[in-house]
Amino acid sequence: MMKKVPFPLWRTVFAWGIALFLFFPLFWVGITAFKTEGQAIAGHLFFSPTLASFAEVQERSNYLLFARNSLITSLGSTILGILIAVPAAYAMAFFPTKRTRDILLWMLSTKMMPAVGALMPVYVMAQTVGMLDSLTALVIVFTLSNLPIMVWMLFSAFKEVPKDILEAVRLDGATVWEEFRWVIMPLTMGGIASTGLLCLVLSWNEAFWALTLTSANAGTLASLIASYSSPEGLFWAKLSAASLMAIGPIIVFGWFSQKQLVQGLTFGAVK
Amino acid sequence: MAPSIVTLFLWMIVPLVMTLYFSVTHYNLMQPGEAGFAGLENFQYFITDPDFWPSVAHTLQLLGSVIVITVVLGIGLAVLVNEPFPGQGIVRVLLISPFFVMPTVNALLWKHMMMNPIYGVMAHVWQFFGLTPIDWMTDFPLLSIIIMLSWQWLPFACLIFITSLQSLDREQMDAAGMDGANGFDKFYYLVLPHMARSIAVVVMIEMIFLLSVFAEIFTTTGGGPGNDSTNLAFLIFKQALMNFDVGVASAGALFAVILANIASVFLVKLVGKNLD
Repeated sequence: MMKKVPFPLWRTVFAWGIALFLFFPLFWVGITAFKTEGQAIAGHLFFSPTLASFAEVQERSNYLLFARNSLITSLGSTILGILIAVPAAYAMAFFPTKRTRDILLWMLSTKMMPAVGALMPVYVMAQTVGMLDSLTALVIVFTLSNLPIMVWMLFSAFKEVPKDILEAVRLDGATVWEEFRWVIMPLTMGGIASTGLLCLVLSWNEAFWALTLTSANAGTLASLIASYSSPEGLFWAKLSAASLMAIGPIIVFGWFSQKQLVQGLTFGAVK
Repeated sequence: MAPSIVTLFLWMIVPLVMTLYFSVTHYNLMQPGEAGFAGLENFQYFITDPDFWPSVAHTLQLLGSVIVITVVLGIGLAVLVNEPFPGQGIVRVLLISPFFVMPTVNALLWKHMMMNPIYGVMAHVWQFFGLTPIDWMTDFPLLSIIIMLSWQWLPFACLIFITSLQSLDREQMDAAGMDGANGFDKFYYLVLPHMARSIAVVVMIEMIFLLSVFAEIFTTTGGGPGNDSTNLAFLIFKQALMNFDVGVASAGALFAVILANIASVFLVKLVGKNLD
């Protein structure tokens, strides 16, 4: 074995530099949120922090309601999505037909269609069943729009399960549920977890449907932010506070789950 | 098992069929009297709209630029931070953060706090170097959106590449080094082929999300000035919600579906092999 070459200092500095550069916009939002409006526009680095903007955001637009809605819709669509995607991916991975590959790719291509293309049908359907501005409608739409990616991620995870094990289990007379619960699930837990994590992140950040299908009751944090988009006098500190409250939870969540998340996102391309 | 695929299929096909139906119907919310079969009129109207070809071009420019930027810089960055160094964990965490930012926040943060021509951070930097600050949203609307999207997707590309690099065969690299291969040779003949599949995956995922970019344009430039930053998704949105023409918007949506399917043909060529 060759001795490991020590990591040169310039590379460390360079790597840190780029990381800080890319993180800077978020850092800036973070500190602007604690400024007064006057300080926010002046752009100083040093100031005495205040929580006034946060209080104002909560008072003006009931942050907690939106946060609750975001939480319910993300968790709901993740659970529902897993319940639908797991059987579908199971069937595709373990009982493939000639069409399986085409179906998978076709499903993914539907994701490339702009959501606005489906706006009218979805809006009309939601209206017909009286579900406009309801969390149920959002959960269903989020689930549907995430399904193609979820099915594919799970499909690649299930593909990794060795065929021999499955055959042995089936010869022993295991039912489909037993086979799934005691063999496939333990082997693919990583893939299932990262599928769920991604779905959670995508639903939390979804803006289009949250904006078009909700008004007062079912709005999520993404729609709360949009209400801060029009400049009314000095508003950067309030915008930053609202932004920080909207992205804070999911970023912290992402920090803790990033390794797990990335592993599944490679779609089996990295062995 | 089969039922779940059928459900999936139905849930996806129903909106498509309804869009298809609306697209051949006279259906304008502002003219409720007009109804009935329209034939291909809606399609003709949408495709002869002077904004149509520019918006197709913008969609592809956006897609191409962001993919090239994130893949090239992503590989560079991944190679840079792959070896252990002091604070590697923190650097990783900082790097991935933009990926979790929701599109509306991304757009507003860049538009106001970074790119504002008077008070924005970039204006301060430009002034510091004695340059005239740029009015990004007015003078370079499409470029501004490309910057925002690249900022969001670079972390994603980079982390996928890091994961890929970690499975690189070290002994092979060392052997190549002893045989006299320089850094470039090693990168070109060993690292790049090893990463081919993860590059394909990154291109595919970004294609899915970038073909339908909407929130970033909606919250920053509103497609303008003129149609300078209007992409296909935004053009359809304009037809549907500003002109209230459901028929024409649905015809446009079908064009987007066609574009998506052309893209998916490339997709099959690119990653189809990974499915087997």
